[in-house]
Amino acid sequence: MYRYDEFDHAMVKDRVEQFRGQIARRMAGDLSEEQFRPLRLQNGLYLQLHAYMLRVAIPYGQLNAVQMRKLAHIARTYDKGYGHFTTRQNIQYNWPKLSQVADILDELASVEMHAIQTSGNCIRNVTADQYAGVTVDEVEDPRIYAEIIRQWSTFHPEFTFLPRKFKIAVSGAVGADRAAVRFHDIGLFIVRDDAGEVGFEVWVGGGLGRTPMIGKKIRGFVAKADLLAYLEAILRVYNVLGRRDNMYKARVKILVHETGTEEFTRLVEAEFADTRGGALDLPAEEIERIAAYFQPPAYEALSDDPPALTARRFEDKDFNNWVRVNVARHKVGGYAIANISLKPVGVPPGDMSADKMDAVADIAETFSLGGIRVTHEQNLVLPDVRQDRLYDLWLALRDQGLADANLDHIGDIICCPGLDYCSLANARSIPVSERISQRFADLDRQYDIGELRLKISGCINACGHHHVGHIGILGVDRKDQEYYQITLGGAPGEDAAIGTKVGAAFSAAEIVDAVETVVNTYLAIRQPKERFIDTYRRVGDAPFKESLYDKAA
Amino acid sequence: MVQRVVTGNRLADGVVIYLGQDGGWTSKIDAARVAADEGEAKLLEDIAKAAEKARMVVGPYLIEVTDADGAVTPVRYRERLRAYGPSVHPEFGRADVPDHLRMGSEAEFVHLNGVAG
Repeated sequence: MYRYDEFDHAMVKDRVEQFRGQIARRMAGDLSEEQFRPLRLQNGLYLQLHAYMLRVAIPYGQLNAVQMRKLAHIARTYDKGYGHFTTRQNIQYNWPKLSQVADILDELASVEMHAIQTSGNCIRNVTADQYAGVTVDEVEDPRIYAEIIRQWSTFHPEFTFLPRKFKIAVSGAVGADRAAVRFHDIGLFIVRDDAGEVGFEVWVGGGLGRTPMIGKKIRGFVAKADLLAYLEAILRVYNVLGRRDNMYKARVKILVHETGTEEFTRLVEAEFADTRGGALDLPAEEIERIAAYFQPPAYEALSDDPPALTARRFEDKDFNNWVRVNVARHKVGGYAIANISLKPVGVPPGDMSADKMDAVADIAETFSLGGIRVTHEQNLVLPDVRQDRLYDLWLALRDQGLADANLDHIGDIICCPGLDYCSLANARSIPVSERISQRFADLDRQYDIGELRLKISGCINACGHHHVGHIGILGVDRKDQEYYQITLGGAPGEDAAIGTKVGAAFSAAEIVDAVETVVNTYLAIRQPKERFIDTYRRVGDAPFKESLYDKAA
Repeated sequence: MVQRVVTGNRLADGVVIYLGQDGGWTSKIDAARVAADEGEAKLLEDIAKAAEKARMVVGPYLIEVTDADGAVTPVRYRERLRAYGPSVHPEFGRADVPDHLRMGSEAEFVHLNGVAG
């Protein structure tokens, strides 16, 4: 993984000391809250419903065991013993004290981490495919370019006060999109053109929130050398033309929509004609320098499906289910990508205790060459596991209560913090997800239902990605009561789609039954091998509407 | 008659606090000073603004409550969650939350309406 050089170290350390001084001035009364607020937000510190919240950046979701232990130490020492992994591959602490935040940032800096670019109207922490560098279906490792974009964007003086926040995602996979790339302000797919050259397909103006949009492809191929010049051109057009009069219309998706994709593209291309070939040229040597940090580890020569694995799968049904559901094919023979679901029954999705973080750090060192990834689905990944050690890994995870075999099933819910923590929320989301996971706790029932992406947001800002859930749930406030709207048919990946509201909202008491009604309707009308989303696309929402609302039927 | 208390977040740690009967700030809403009329509410607001300047509280504001037999309860559910929540992670939550207000579990869901509705 990328290691800080002296400039990175100095920059992060300076920033910690600067913020330490700002906190001291705030506590001494030299800064009002109004003055302090933008400063704390630039350091990832929010004031939420019950406490401050510190959002820590995990660039492209990659951690090593040492960093994970530090996250555990921070949770234990400065917080209430747990942290929350988010849909942007970050971690949030829900209970830090203002007086201790600089110490927390100091601790993070010691393991090359920080909270920069996790808030404010800047280019946010870049996200990437969690299987980067290890998946079979990849053109090139997106982490290399995510890191280059990170270095270009951090403290970029021109883009520190954009009209609104700006999110970039990168994927190198062919035919699969595990990073919801089309729902980012800029989505980059690494592609190979007809001549065999590798570059980037560029999508702009995707996003969720109150105006969900699928991004528009504005260029089929940008050469590697032009990557930063092209990104800078997009950001410049946005920075100048993006709306600053209305924060709800300030994201680039609105600009693209209002300007029209064709005209927006023309403006970007005109700007690009000026920026390309200049200081932003990305030399091949620089790409190689960064790529060196992401060289594959020394894999052993092994074969796929070793007899030890096959035998264990045959003997142990639970293990076999875990392998079938949570384990993905690795690009190197004899290795595997193992997913750790952070969605046990009845627990807030993405939450993890300090003890479990420590356990995962140990497990990653023992079984996965020390590597850990965070996914936007609020799970963890061990990217480099020997197939002949999967059984021992599974036993170790099971001992920690981390072997839930529900990946991409109804128990694997994405859920925002909601009104239990968030000052923007209109309704609670976590208790709803806990109850749904309890209702569908039976794994055999989940497997019968098959792939089903269920996502819950506690307000229209859509941090829980409800628009792209096969089943989406949105919490709303109706006359001071929590109500929940259901959307159907959304999809985050290569078959990107925005869900459609199915009808009137349900009360907190009704919502779990309503979800079960939707699932049962699907089970009753599905054809062989149809996933929920396939059935929905075949029949539309009429059968679901009928079973949900037509009580006389 | 609308009854109100002043609430905000404590500067040092962000904890939800209320302006108390003794003029200090408390995390227990039952100990909050309840204003029964406009004049009293204005007084509480003025005290709160001074406390904001004195770096005790961030963003104080008035909320509506009911005050019955010493139990001060926010009218709106958002404020009930601020007062008693979060409703998840009982192992990490506040020690003074009554059990029947916890609502993370489907088995306990029968109690949820009491809080949310």
